[in-house]
Amino acid sequence: MYQELREEPSGLRGRLARFVGDRVGRRLEARLEDRDPDYLREALPWLWLLSTFYFRAEVRDLGNVPADRPVLLVGNHSGGNMIVDTFVFSLAFSTFFGVERPFHQLAHNLAIAWPVAGGLLRKGGTMSASHEHAEKALEAGAPVLVYPGGDWETHRPSWEGDKIDFAGRKGFIRLALDAGVPIVPVVAIGGQETALFLSRGAGLARALRLDRMLRLKVLPVSIALPWGINVGDFAGHFPLPSKITIEVLPPIDVEREFGPDPDPDEVYEHVTALMQDALDGLAAERRFPVIG
Amino acid sequence: MRLNESTRVAASPDTVWHYLADPENYLRFMSGITHWEVAGEKPNGLGARYRILVRVGAAEVGGLVEMVEWHEPFDIAWHSVTGVDQRGRWRIREQGGGKTRIEYRFAFGVVGGGIAGLITEVAATLPVRRQMRTTLRQLKHQVEHEQRRLEVERRRAHHSEAV
Repeated sequence: MYQELREEPSGLRGRLARFVGDRVGRRLEARLEDRDPDYLREALPWLWLLSTFYFRAEVRDLGNVPADRPVLLVGNHSGGNMIVDTFVFSLAFSTFFGVERPFHQLAHNLAIAWPVAGGLLRKGGTMSASHEHAEKALEAGAPVLVYPGGDWETHRPSWEGDKIDFAGRKGFIRLALDAGVPIVPVVAIGGQETALFLSRGAGLARALRLDRMLRLKVLPVSIALPWGINVGDFAGHFPLPSKITIEVLPPIDVEREFGPDPDPDEVYEHVTALMQDALDGLAAERRFPVIG
Repeated sequence: MRLNESTRVAASPDTVWHYLADPENYLRFMSGITHWEVAGEKPNGLGARYRILVRVGAAEVGGLVEMVEWHEPFDIAWHSVTGVDQRGRWRIREQGGGKTRIEYRFAFGVVGGGIAGLITEVAATLPVRRQMRTTLRQLKHQVEHEQRRLEVERRRAHHSEAV
């Protein structure tokens, strides 16, 4: 997006576009040093209070994340633009391994470019989603959390909350192979009950060319606090106190299990099937929506 | 936040000391604990380090701790090196009549966070205190069992010598 803005013609409009493009571009650059452990340490009490008392969160088997090497954490994305399970997982990771251990997450460009929230996300270790940014963090020895399903998965209807839907995106497999790191699946449930998500609005996004202009494949429609009918979820929403449960699965060494030149389709099927099994287990534990 | 709990056990201070000095025992009696690993080459004693984690609410909280006092058979104290700010102490004192008083002191603090830090400390007090009480109950059970085992062993040794 910012590249398009930078290529605007001269004149006042062009200069303004270049100025905005440069500012946004700088925000989207991956600077690992933007992560601030002290900021994280001070944010932990808020996250703990919210996670413990509001979301009654439970994170299981964090010991499956190798303590001494970088890994690619692959999660299912839920909750629209209020990704509460990511915050719960970040809290759990930071208290389990300590804020001293580098940890990065990839997020949509729009979230990172946001003036205030984007800055806070970058302090928390979040970078704009790209293969290069993830590789850079992995090379530096940090675990990286990615959500292959991205906006497609996070805006799925609430009644599909117990389905893994990466929309066929397999880039994470190449990333793990290139970086020589294992994949650690992270499965979460409850995020899709923080609002009533009705539709992704994929057709609407295409009609408005949002996919080409903003890399947005969806224009979701939901019923959410405090808006009522919420189109786009651009300003987020006030999440309902849905119980969040997260399970970390054992690492998958792609090269060891599938050979040096694996078939991405086969690996994709394997990873998503494992995650779906775990998600089915978590869904079976839930008795009621929101309450858990 | 500083918390203090104690119990009296039917065991000698030496039995209590040896039980508490062995890092392998901690997973057996510490309530809520999910990790207690030796970090480094020294298994116990002054300067020994452990990576410990305790489940409190939605998180496993802890970090690296170092033993800063090791006065046999009276006191063991530790401070956090990384992770949540904490310090703890076991005080072992003879009470007479074959009894020993074990005091478990634990202090923790939430760095920063302003009002959230204060609320978190207060909110965490209840589950932490509950865990401390359970820990002492389980410790009492373990060391009294250990004391009985040692007495049986002694009697058997005495009996063998007499025969």
